[in-house]
Amino acid sequence: MSENNSVGIVAPQTAHFSEPLTLKSGQVLPQYDLVYETYGTLNADKSNAVLICHALSGNHHVAGKHSENDKYPGWWDNLIGPGKPLDTDKFFVIGLNNLGGCHGSSGPASINPANGRQWGSTFPILTVEDWVTSQARLLDRLGITQLAAVIGGSLGGMQALQWTIAYADRVRHALIIASAPNLTAQNMAFNEVARQAIITDPEFHGGDYYEHGVVPRRGLRIARMLGHITYLSDDVMGEKFGRKVKDTIKYSFDVEFEMESYLRYQGDKFAGTFDANTYLRMTRALDYYDPALAFNGDLSKALAKAKAQFLVLSFTSDWRFSPARSREIVKALLDNESTVSYAEVTAAHGHDAFLMPDKHYHAILRSYLSNIQIGSDHAE
Amino acid sequence: MQNNVNITNFRQDFAIIANWVKFGSKVLDLGCGDGELLQYLRGSLEIKGYGVEKDDANVLACIRNGSNVIQMDLEDGLSGFEDQSFNTVILSQTLQAMHHTEAIVLDMLRVGQEVIVTFPNFGYWRNRIQITLGQMPVSKTLPYQWFDTPNVHLCTIHDFDTFCKNHNIDILERKVITDGKEINFIPNLLGCLAMYRLKAK
Repeated sequence: MSENNSVGIVAPQTAHFSEPLTLKSGQVLPQYDLVYETYGTLNADKSNAVLICHALSGNHHVAGKHSENDKYPGWWDNLIGPGKPLDTDKFFVIGLNNLGGCHGSSGPASINPANGRQWGSTFPILTVEDWVTSQARLLDRLGITQLAAVIGGSLGGMQALQWTIAYADRVRHALIIASAPNLTAQNMAFNEVARQAIITDPEFHGGDYYEHGVVPRRGLRIARMLGHITYLSDDVMGEKFGRKVKDTIKYSFDVEFEMESYLRYQGDKFAGTFDANTYLRMTRALDYYDPALAFNGDLSKALAKAKAQFLVLSFTSDWRFSPARSREIVKALLDNESTVSYAEVTAAHGHDAFLMPDKHYHAILRSYLSNIQIGSDHAE
Repeated sequence: MQNNVNITNFRQDFAIIANWVKFGSKVLDLGCGDGELLQYLRGSLEIKGYGVEKDDANVLACIRNGSNVIQMDLEDGLSGFEDQSFNTVILSQTLQAMHHTEAIVLDMLRVGQEVIVTFPNFGYWRNRIQITLGQMPVSKTLPYQWFDTPNVHLCTIHDFDTFCKNHNIDILERKVITDGKEINFIPNLLGCLAMYRLKAK
């Protein structure tokens, strides 16, 4: 099925921005690159653009494959393509790698043009707000004044929410999936443990490990293992691995259970492809996001300017971004009499459910997205 | 599921509800089903409407037809809604299926300036005859067998009047209908469907 309605072979593009970006922290990024991919065709009046915002470890490669032999398609391929819920025969879909990322956009491993060396520890800490600003600049570059929709899960959902606040006139619909208006203390605690695993790795070198020709692989591996646990539900882990023993019990600290083997595999795989400095920054951006902060914690006031129509989705087994957190967003939108629907999808997969092709979940997205008007009809 | 279809097709109360809802007002429809009433009110009165619904298929239907829907269980109360934040809160033919009947009515009066409640009148003569014959009533308004009914708190018009009196609820208007016709003569006996417009005293 997915082979037949794939967007096919895709190639990333790079947009270079030479105008400086003043960040929320006050620091200035003098120039930067954004790597992005697009699927489908931008229509004549440029009213069919959909921006996909990625989560913690995501990137611009949302759909399709980079080559025939590519083992895996983009991370949301089950959703995006001709005839899929996000139908590329209708929409022009944009995925980009956020600033600070490690998949082509300017980040800690990029060269700092000021000194010709890798940024490393000196690459600024970015916020959700900064990402949205940079995304808006990319849209300017593409000549898109208004998005038909902005969509994101988890950290991507925070970006989608921020879009509706920062650029209220530029978003017609916002789909906020498995997200939250800010992190809970428990969430921030997980992030801190993940960061400490990286920072205390002897090969971290204060973030300048590139110069030493090493990577803090062990720290990143542990950070990812921890993250992975929190993205799944107890039920899924139980169903997948239970207490199954790998071989025979050896009474050692080697891999004894299948679950350990899985976690180590996931950790190793991730540590081999992801940059530790990026991981630190992405988790920090999660920690900092809190649109209600400037309004004494009143999320309703924070969202008062939003003009978009909203679809908020959560998953019953998601304990990292629980349904209750999505309901906070819904409540704030109701307070503002915004146009909003909220669905709580029964799913076993925990936080990761937003990446899965659950039938009901995709039916909701398909129904909602098919009602979005584009072209001459979109003057809503 | 078959039974839901019967209920949906029997919506003689829509026109009266529409009469009680003001043009352009803000409406919350509890147990909104597939959003049919909201669609009707949106089309005829340009209301700003939200539905509350528990069932997945109904939530999907609402999203499909462009009705705002919030998926939640009414039994958990209306804590996501501010006091007096809606002009009208509607509970149409759902009261009898609620476990926390008292709580939901009081919460509706908190959230809505006005409340519309409709329910099948258990005191309707056809129901009484069936009881007299020794069986649980099955009718257009009560289309379920005793073993598969979602209804847990059936009541009569007389019961609901007493409920309102005891809970200090102002009955602004009451209409009783049978087969689409308004019944004014001994309504608790001759009325099939009871409709109330209420307000907190």
